Amino acid sequence: MTLLIDRPEVESPPTKAMEDARRREARERRKRRIPLLPALIFVIVVTQLPFVATLVLSTLHWNVLRPGERSFAGLANYGTVFTDARLRNAVLNTVVLTVSVVLVSMLIGLVLALLLDQKFFGRGLARTLLIAPFLVMPVAAALLWKHALYNPAYGLLNGVLNAVGGWFGMTDPPQIDWISSMPMTAVVASLVWQWTPFMMLILLAGLQSQPADVLEAAQVDGASGWNTFRHLTLPHLRQYLELSILLGSIYVVQTFDAVFTITQGGPGTATTNLPYEIYQTMFRKYEYGEAAAAGVVVVIGTIVVATFALRVVSSLLREEARR
Amino acid sequence: MSTHALSRTNRPRSGRSKWGFLAWALTLLFFAPVGWMFLTSLHSEADAATNPPSLTAPWTFEHYGTLLERGLAAPMINSAMAGIISTILVLLFAIPAAYALSIRPVAKWTDVMFFFLSTKFLPLIAGLLPIYLIVKEIGMLDNVWTLIVLYTAMNLPIAVWMMQSFLAEVPKEVIEAAQVDGAGLTSILVRVVGPIAVPGIAATSLICFIFSWNEFMLAVNLTAVRASTAPVFLVGFITNEGLFLARLCAAAVLVSLPVLIAGFAAQDKLVRGMSLGAVK
Repeated sequence: MTLLIDRPEVESPPTKAMEDARRREARERRKRRIPLLPALIFVIVVTQLPFVATLVLSTLHWNVLRPGERSFAGLANYGTVFTDARLRNAVLNTVVLTVSVVLVSMLIGLVLALLLDQKFFGRGLARTLLIAPFLVMPVAAALLWKHALYNPAYGLLNGVLNAVGGWFGMTDPPQIDWISSMPMTAVVASLVWQWTPFMMLILLAGLQSQPADVLEAAQVDGASGWNTFRHLTLPHLRQYLELSILLGSIYVVQTFDAVFTITQGGPGTATTNLPYEIYQTMFRKYEYGEAAAAGVVVVIGTIVVATFALRVVSSLLREEARR
Repeated sequence: MSTHALSRTNRPRSGRSKWGFLAWALTLLFFAPVGWMFLTSLHSEADAATNPPSLTAPWTFEHYGTLLERGLAAPMINSAMAGIISTILVLLFAIPAAYALSIRPVAKWTDVMFFFLSTKFLPLIAGLLPIYLIVKEIGMLDNVWTLIVLYTAMNLPIAVWMMQSFLAEVPKEVIEAAQVDGAGLTSILVRVVGPIAVPGIAATSLICFIFSWNEFMLAVNLTAVRASTAPVFLVGFITNEGLFLARLCAAAVLVSLPVLIAGFAAQDKLVRGMSLGAVK
């Protein structure tokens, strides 16, 4: 209150010139914002309104197979979501899938980035070949893994095992059915293959942004390769490692193509993740209310994770704003 | 880069070739499935299904011909349409927005950036139901334009981030100097901003096109026969025709080819785009 009363005394009484200037400035600010509006409005209408609609739908009893029974359900759908064993299982699968894909592909990506940061014969070609898995259409990649690699009878994996077994005189080489004997590992492996190049590219960018003189100084001072890595490279890479985990998680948590194509969520529900479970609730069981409630829960979960993740990006952005 | 490379020349030769060997071994391991896909696509079905796998079977291009006969062309055209038109729309929205955010930052510009980013955190699946219901209500199911609108919205936040980071590289002093010299908005845009923005626009277009081309979940749930895109066709094709391994591989090669070529051509831009412009 006192602040409000004090204000006119602090500021000198407005003159006409100052008012004009202020008005001009306000107009200028509005003008600056105009180019932003089309993009903002379009994104809000197409991506934000559906989420509001999802919120509304989540409070309804609505199964398409029972028409005319649409009614207000309150929070009943959320009760179902939290007590449903299938959904709990889907949450668990999503966490297992995302964490293992992101961590494993980040570690392999780090090794590859460190290798590609060295000079060796054909480095450019190696880099090009390495990013190929990331560029193959995800659905095509999933079909490729399912049929050309994992197939127990003539897939490449068993084929190589058999060939190698043959050299060592094995007469009865194993015929492993990869997908049914280790479904989650099969899905994770194909996704690790797909995401490792992405991680590698981010980390390679990080390595190459490391100032050469610092490394040179360390070398002159006689620091060992491991010590240089541990005390100079790793701290420098930290930001890039965080960024790759963050972005990897955003993309991998939404995995749908691989689950849909390789395992159809099975056997049973062994590989059903949240996106696939919600898809099934929607388009196989036609439980619209339940699917919407599950969607809202996913969004809330993602927001919680993203809030932490955003700190990483905001540090990057602050750095850019400082420039 | 040159000093960087120089510092490495002091390393013992044997050590270097050892790392090179390991790098190549891992590279070939990662590339093997892609190489296998390509090789199998050139084999006859009988040669493709042998165990142990055959590396020396004669090559044939028959599967590529068969695929085009079986209608792969139409979904490829749908994919191209969805990818190209949505990319153009994205650029029309994103460039002015990025210009406002980077060259003449509006107040609280980081908040706007975060809003755009936050839309990428929301899982697509959670918005699918209302989108499906609305699209069905207005009779736009199985229509490429539905995908175009959705892909535009899906890629717009990424494009704004990318373009912002590219345009932020235009030094403010240069623009101010041009203004002092009496250059108008158009000539500033064409002579100062343009040369810096063009590679950025190319990279942004590439990323948006790749995401649209590869998108599956929206396409599979919102299209059927007429508007189905390449990934949807691929899945349906395998289900309906039974498994022909060599033909599947040929199809996988064909639908991946545009992205493979574009991605190889612009590898360094790729990572910067995917990481929302954060990696320099």
